Amino acid sequence: MSSTFETVAGIISETADIPREQITPESHAIEDLGIDSLAFLDIAFAIDKAFGIKLPLEQWTQEVNEGKAPAEEYFVLKNLVAHIDALIAAKAAS
Amino acid sequence: MRLEYFEMIDRVTRLDRDGRRIEATSTVPLESPVFEGHFPGHPLVPGVLLTETMAQASGYLVLGLMDFTHMPFLMGVDKARFRTFVGPGTVLGVAAQLEHEGSGYAVTKARITAEGKPVCDAELRFRIMPFPAGMDELMRAQGRRIGLLTGAA
Repeated sequence: MSSTFETVAGIISETADIPREQITPESHAIEDLGIDSLAFLDIAFAIDKAFGIKLPLEQWTQEVNEGKAPAEEYFVLKNLVAHIDALIAAKAAS
Repeated sequence: MRLEYFEMIDRVTRLDRDGRRIEATSTVPLESPVFEGHFPGHPLVPGVLLTETMAQASGYLVLGLMDFTHMPFLMGVDKARFRTFVGPGTVLGVAAQLEHEGSGYAVTKARITAEGKPVCDAELRFRIMPFPAGMDELMRAQGRRIGLLTGAA
């Protein structure tokens, strides 16, 4: 699995106090790992700092609430990692 | 510092938009029911109220930088350190620096000093949300009262 996933899994484990072995690319942050919205903001802060990016959480939440995207799109870890990689690539290209 | 109203900041002395920093003052009242219990015969400002003072300075910083479009709500306190005691009548300097503005949240580092010496510091995290109905005007009035809207640099 990518180093991005390893970093994100480590952040989730430490921030949300979840055993690392429970966190897989298929894990749903909310449904499987029980991370609530406030805890996810803590995780977002750690991800922002680790990768020097800004996760667009408000936009993602709005898309999910309006039915424009399924929650899995942003909160299943393999998908979250793909979005993080895209943000890192966009930053490098700018 | 109006402890009865939980208003910890007396005056914003500087809002530096470019530096993303706020400076404010707060004077501990000479008397308060708080001191009757904390502690009998040895009055001290509780650490939790010093934390609230740092949180309110940080909150005003975020409000000022965001031009009162959203309301910051305290969601986390990390690395809080209390380095000395604060008694009645102490004049406090309160400063906060925006460390990170994320999507839907903000992080500050805040510090309180007395006569230039460190009192406490902490890293604070805020959830940024739309104002509850009618609250924005009340917060603007509060901002005007403490000089937030006139102290901008």
